[in-house]
Amino acid sequence: MAEQQTIQYTQKDFKSDQEVRWCPGCGDHAVLNAVQRALPELGIPKEKFAFISGIGCSSRFPYYMDTYGFHGIHGRAAAVASGVKTANPELSVWDITGDGDALAIGGNHFIHAIRRNIDINIILFNNEIYGLTKGQYSPTSGKGLVTKTSPFGTVEEPFSVGELVIGAKGKFFARTVDSNIALSIQIYIEAAKHKGTSVVEVLQNCVIFNDGIHDVVTGKEVRDDRTIILKHGEPMKFGKENNMGLVLDGLKLKVVTIGENGIAEKNLLVHDASEPNPGIQYMLANMRYPEYPVALGVIRSVAGNTYEADVQEQIKSVQKDSKIKCMDDLLLSGSIWKVE
Amino acid sequence: MAKNSQVIEREEVVIRFSGDSGDGMQLTGTLFSDTAALFGNDLSTFPDYPAEIRAPQGTVGGVSGFQVHLGHSEINTPGDYSDVLVAMNPAAVKANVKWVKPGGTIIFDKDNFTDKNIEKAGYKSDPVVEEKLDNYNVIAAPISSMVKEALKDIGLDPKSILRTKNMFALGMVYWLFDRRLKYTEQYFDKKFAKKPEIAEANKIALRAGYYYAETIEALNPVIKIEPAQIAKGTYRNICGNIATAWGLLAAAEKAGLKLFIGSYPITPATGILEEMAARKDLGVKSFQAEDEIAGICTALGASFSGNLAVTSTSGPGLALKSEAIGLAVMAELPIVIVNVQRGGPSTGLPTKTEQSDLMQALYGRSGECPVVVIAASTPSDCFHFAYEAAKIALEHMTPVLLLTDGYLANGSEPWKIPKMKDLPEIKPPFADKTKIPFLPYARDCETLVRSWAIPGTPGLEHRIGGLEKTLKGTVSYIPENHEQMVKLRADKVAKVADKIPDLTVYGEESGDLLLVGWGGSRGYLMTAVRELQAEGYKVSLANFNYINPFPKNVNEVFRKFKKIVVAELNLGQFADYLRMKYQEFNYEQVNKVQGLPFTIKEIKEKCIKILEGK
Repeated sequence: MAEQQTIQYTQKDFKSDQEVRWCPGCGDHAVLNAVQRALPELGIPKEKFAFISGIGCSSRFPYYMDTYGFHGIHGRAAAVASGVKTANPELSVWDITGDGDALAIGGNHFIHAIRRNIDINIILFNNEIYGLTKGQYSPTSGKGLVTKTSPFGTVEEPFSVGELVIGAKGKFFARTVDSNIALSIQIYIEAAKHKGTSVVEVLQNCVIFNDGIHDVVTGKEVRDDRTIILKHGEPMKFGKENNMGLVLDGLKLKVVTIGENGIAEKNLLVHDASEPNPGIQYMLANMRYPEYPVALGVIRSVAGNTYEADVQEQIKSVQKDSKIKCMDDLLLSGSIWKVE
Repeated sequence: MAKNSQVIEREEVVIRFSGDSGDGMQLTGTLFSDTAALFGNDLSTFPDYPAEIRAPQGTVGGVSGFQVHLGHSEINTPGDYSDVLVAMNPAAVKANVKWVKPGGTIIFDKDNFTDKNIEKAGYKSDPVVEEKLDNYNVIAAPISSMVKEALKDIGLDPKSILRTKNMFALGMVYWLFDRRLKYTEQYFDKKFAKKPEIAEANKIALRAGYYYAETIEALNPVIKIEPAQIAKGTYRNICGNIATAWGLLAAAEKAGLKLFIGSYPITPATGILEEMAARKDLGVKSFQAEDEIAGICTALGASFSGNLAVTSTSGPGLALKSEAIGLAVMAELPIVIVNVQRGGPSTGLPTKTEQSDLMQALYGRSGECPVVVIAASTPSDCFHFAYEAAKIALEHMTPVLLLTDGYLANGSEPWKIPKMKDLPEIKPPFADKTKIPFLPYARDCETLVRSWAIPGTPGLEHRIGGLEKTLKGTVSYIPENHEQMVKLRADKVAKVADKIPDLTVYGEESGDLLLVGWGGSRGYLMTAVRELQAEGYKVSLANFNYINPFPKNVNEVFRKFKKIVVAELNLGQFADYLRMKYQEFNYEQVNKVQGLPFTIKEIKEKCIKILEGK
């Protein structure tokens, strides 16, 4: 990716000739739009992008991108993407997945990709429902959600994506909302620049089977008071009046109002996404309405070695010291004998 | 080491080393084989070990064995019955005595024949009496006490001293067969360069065993097997798993590609992944995946990225990979899937051999999902067929399933080392960079192969995937398009038949009976056929390596024989496959599903019965 980019791309350069077939009003359109607008900002030649997906509505994404793309099988995008990146570390590899694809059938690949810290960018469309199979509950559906396979409400505890990412030793986790294009573009750029596995959870609306599931938090009228956009190095401030904030109260986060009970802006927590200890980031990732605002932005971004770079490094160091340089050397190594 | 005993020459001999799984029998057998190979004998080996790393000590279930067959003439199998059995404990006698030739030699460690061990092995009294071993040459050597005595001054702890028992036994066997100790001594010097006291202890035990056998004249006369008449060249011993790994590596080098292997450890295939992981010197990227599915999916990702992609597994793992093989068929990406067959279904007999994954390899997927299926037939020809598998996968843009088995994987034999320059070219159909836009499913009209555009190449951006597509690469649900694509994919695989060699016949091209086999049982079938021919029967052998597609001359070969007998280690999968593909013939069967290879005797008996119309 070190090559100098000579062409200045625009969003149009990343649109394929395929007709976009998502339902009108689906949040996926906005994600596609934001990604296509983020890529030209990266300075990476177009042929170096590879979009990999699993199965689900979101997984049709690669067909709509005029890049290299591989639409795989259910749950396995993280594994396929891991192979693509390990085989060719020069590529910018994107894994497009959903809550069912990544966290149910593909849960194993998801956590292991993160554990290895392979430099892939995972965009996880979280609509808390199975859309392509027409409305069954997913691993992120809230307890009690009534769906076609839970007609009396689910009795399962949902996963929290951020909690899972941090639990799997994840070094980059961000959250955005499908409709917030500006924030999303910024986050995709940061995810792409981060060396290692980046997971971006998109709170995405399924207009058909789970319409408005995130509205209680992300709705136009309420979002300023019910979400907080975290910025590295800045105080954790939010609200319509920009007068609310977060402080640490004992071992827990607490929502405060600036100017009340002697709270000033300087008392607020300052966001540090680069702190390796995930304690505070974990609490931020897990904030739920109504007790807290839901955290958006880059919650965790910690530097670390990547798998593919370590593999390359190991190969180099072994090759430096080995007497075996080619197949003929290997064939003739060890115990051999001649028959005259 | 002068010898006073008489020496007789023999054509061939079979030796079986057996003991508790912690007794080091695999190493003992390997060292003996290497010495025999360096001497110039032809040989074949077969390790037979339990699934448990340390099964309960002293029990029959915990017995680990290693059989070596060496000879002055061509050796194709590890042998049915052994001339010499080394049994380190009563359980080893119990497990193996039925495999010793009448009058054969049995060496055991007398010190280990305690009441407790005798009982653990399931004997009520002295095994020599119970097994009626008076017709055998039984050498009850006090091996444990002799190594203790020989090593008393060396300053090692008692446990380490006892660990050299196997070398004492090996020393005895070296004397029996008039072998030199030099190679084994060098092995210890190298292996324990940093622990010279351990090297020394093993060497002392080895020599003590040798002199002990000489002193007691353990075998009179001593057996000598002259070197075999083998073709000139440079040789090495190689087992099937290493040969498989090397064949794939050779293909990658020839094609100018990097090799990527995504695999999950599974017996008996793990040796392939281990060897690949050690081959960082050749730039291999080995990815130990979180499961079998990730193994093949990472490999498919690497294939998409332009590597020679490999995944290795055994039966149950192949089942887990089925869906991803389907994706590889749809995406038309090259990948080699190695299935080292073992006893199944489920966990089955994980350390034993079987040929029962044939139908799974051919058909175990959803939809119309043809792949090329190839089977290797000896430990060393795993190299050749792995190379072929990779060549076909790369040149025909298709998954290739390579079948080996536990017997080939762990068995070893001397192998004439090929030179890279003598191996055939491999030319993947890389996409023409000037033909834009790139249409992923446009095909060569002759071979029906699509071309391969590697991510990173400007202008060839394209999308592939599991959904049905048109030739242009657009997702399509049009009924006629689907049928056309299904047929094209099938025809593409069928056309591989244009590139594979004809089926060859071992023996006369016509006769009373054609013994038909596939893959790993070739050695047994060939030896049986050779013996039947020598006895005057008009019997020949056809052993298949190319299973899908078949060679083009199958009918031509089959019709020249009065009877066709299909021998395989399952209940008749290949016979059924032949019934489907070549309905014009009648097939009789020889089957065995015991987790063990055939014996030559049972094949011969069955063939004679069929010939005599019984």
